[in-house]
Amino acid sequence: MTRKQKRLAVIGGLGLVLALAAGLIFVALRDQIVFFYSPSEVKERAVAVGTPIRLGGLVKDGSWVKTGEANDFVVTDGESEMTVRFIGILPDLFRDGQGVVAEGAIGTDGVFAATNVLAKHDENYMPKEVVESLKARGEWQREASGS
Amino acid sequence: MSIELGHFALILAFAIATVSALVGLVLWRSDGRAAAYLQQGAILQFLLIAAAFAALVQAFATSDFSLALAFEHSHSTQPMIFRITGVWGNHEGSMLLWVLILVAMGGAVAAFGRNLPRDLLALVLAIQSLLVAAFAGFTLFTSNPFARLSPVPFEGKDLNPVLQDIGLALHPPLLYTGYVGFSVCFSFAIAALISGRIDAAWARWVRPWTLLSWTFLTLGIAMGSYWAYYELGWGGWWFWDPVENASFMPWLAGTALLHSALVMEKRNALKIWTVFLAIITFSLSLLGTFMVRSGILTSVHTFASDPTRGLVILSLLAAFIGGAFVLFALRASSLRAGGLFHPVSKEGALILNNLLLAAATSAVLVGTLYPLLLDALTGRSISVGGPFFELTFGSIMAPLLVILPFGPFLAWKRGDLVGVAQRLAWAAGLALFVTILVFALRGASVSLVPFGLLLGFWVAFGALADLADRAKLFRTDLVTSLRRLFGLPRTAWATAIAHFGIGVTVIGIVAVSAWETELVTTMQPGQTGNLAGYTVLYDGVTHTEGPNFTSDRGSFTITEPTGETRTAHPERRVYAASGMPTTEAAIETYGFSQLYLQLGEPGADGGSVVRVWHKPFITLIWLGALLMASAGLLSLSYRRLRVGAPRPARAKTAAAE
Repeated sequence: MTRKQKRLAVIGGLGLVLALAAGLIFVALRDQIVFFYSPSEVKERAVAVGTPIRLGGLVKDGSWVKTGEANDFVVTDGESEMTVRFIGILPDLFRDGQGVVAEGAIGTDGVFAATNVLAKHDENYMPKEVVESLKARGEWQREASGS
Repeated sequence: MSIELGHFALILAFAIATVSALVGLVLWRSDGRAAAYLQQGAILQFLLIAAAFAALVQAFATSDFSLALAFEHSHSTQPMIFRITGVWGNHEGSMLLWVLILVAMGGAVAAFGRNLPRDLLALVLAIQSLLVAAFAGFTLFTSNPFARLSPVPFEGKDLNPVLQDIGLALHPPLLYTGYVGFSVCFSFAIAALISGRIDAAWARWVRPWTLLSWTFLTLGIAMGSYWAYYELGWGGWWFWDPVENASFMPWLAGTALLHSALVMEKRNALKIWTVFLAIITFSLSLLGTFMVRSGILTSVHTFASDPTRGLVILSLLAAFIGGAFVLFALRASSLRAGGLFHPVSKEGALILNNLLLAAATSAVLVGTLYPLLLDALTGRSISVGGPFFELTFGSIMAPLLVILPFGPFLAWKRGDLVGVAQRLAWAAGLALFVTILVFALRGASVSLVPFGLLLGFWVAFGALADLADRAKLFRTDLVTSLRRLFGLPRTAWATAIAHFGIGVTVIGIVAVSAWETELVTTMQPGQTGNLAGYTVLYDGVTHTEGPNFTSDRGSFTITEPTGETRTAHPERRVYAASGMPTTEAAIETYGFSQLYLQLGEPGADGGSVVRVWHKPFITLIWLGALLMASAGLLSLSYRRLRVGAPRPARAKTAAAE
């Protein structure tokens, strides 16, 4: 190979790898991202059964029922509600009226089956999505955030 | 009084840094007097910031709540270690720690850089001082840690209980040393661009700093991962959280820099690319600082979100990164490329390594920034989680792992791929054999798991093959081989150990994600559960008192498959000062595997929800990281690397030590 051909081979190889990586990122961005919805948005957008989403809102007062290791609670944004079921141990700061984000999908029975529930790490923490969705619905109260 | 002295020391350091930066940038061509001034300035900056930091530590240790920071983030009942680590368990203090490490790096360059060319030394210290001025200024004007309170409160508000852990003593200092260490590489890169002079000696100077930062960053990330694993109670060790990605991107770029600096030092090639990588790596460190410190993300790492701070950090970030790239665009053409090579060669393999690492870094960067951008532009909230990163990052790393063992075998300039393949054949055969054996014992399944495991074994055995080949194992008698093996340069050992560590980590990751099992159940005292051959007996809960918390302490008796028993104590704590509950998991290590117990809230009937994970081979993940870090230290201890000049260095060694 001449010097020019060598250089072409190197640059061509590099271009190929970069193109593949860019394609991969593009495909993954299309298919692998998870959208955040409030209960109202779930209804408005008619999210399909089994699509992985993040559901956020406040835990409705008095809705948390614990049966053994199963937890059922209602997430509300003041307009719509959605029942969530989570098997396992809820975060330390999970309680009524608290902002939560549940990761999972809607089951065929209409109940949101959560694989993970995120609540605050400390007293000042509120999932950002929840704050924004509550603000949009006019449900946001400054003192509820503690910050 | 000492608090005001600390404050004054910080102001003085800021002033000296500002003057140093100006003097250095204007007078770097002068005959060494600027360099002498800047050396003293760098050491003074270090002493002053150290004094400022000591003042903070003293206030926290003695629970002086007239210091607003101590009032907000400390409590007199905290054990001494957490009172001290609480200094950086908040925004202001952690910024001061960041600056402290930055000036320590500058001081080290000044102290060890005596045989650097004077103009290069002056430029490097000037850039370093510019960074100090920017970040000490940021600390001083937007996040002053020395604010006082009057009247003096009687008691503090307590440190976030999640942070009251030995992890806080280790993770931030290690991570920051890694982050900030790359500032030296950055300063060297900018100095090279300004002076237009860059050669193999330059790479020889940059490489130890890259190694040092990379080693500490590896330790910091591993420590952070283990801390999250045992403290957050989700049983996961990596969440692809933006904050984790923020530390992972400089690591990936730093790994690439480590390898490209090698090409530059040995072959005088890849100059422009190495300078570019040095800039990118520190830019990613700054980006990490910005993402964590600005409050645009919500996580345990974000102590307070104050929009002005975010804007200031963003402007600093834009100034440094933007300035560096403008300079790069203007001056890169003045750096002449050199060193021709064939595509199949060690240079070629290292370029491929760099390319794949750069692609992986970009994938992580896109996945981390895309949600932030989309949110800012359209207001749409999305999360880019595990599946995105597993697909993109995984697919990019897989070919890297495939080619990794070939790298150390290939010769410089022109390599013999067939010959290398022959010498690696036994490693490949062994990796395949072990993988098949594992699946014969475990039961095969159709998935990517065998492939991942094969890659892990391939990399690990490939590293051993490298050592065996250098020692001429089985090609000469055993005694000669052993003598050769122990006579190998430490860098050869370091390469093999680091690559072996990667293999070990990959095996750990694949094994735990494939064979992890989990049990969630409600237990009454006296009941048992079974998981992966282990029997877990719930003995009940006792109420105990800690120094600054009360705890419901569960007792479990774990019976191994072999019949041996151990007791484990997961806890549910409530911290007195803040009233905040935390769960402390109990983790029992069996060989390389762990049993992870988490105690849930007690039910009305006296039973408790208990979550038990069996994590097979999970410790390999961190052991691999420790191997990589120890390889970094081993390589750093190699004398030839520490000596700056390419000339015969016998006389200089004394000066460098």
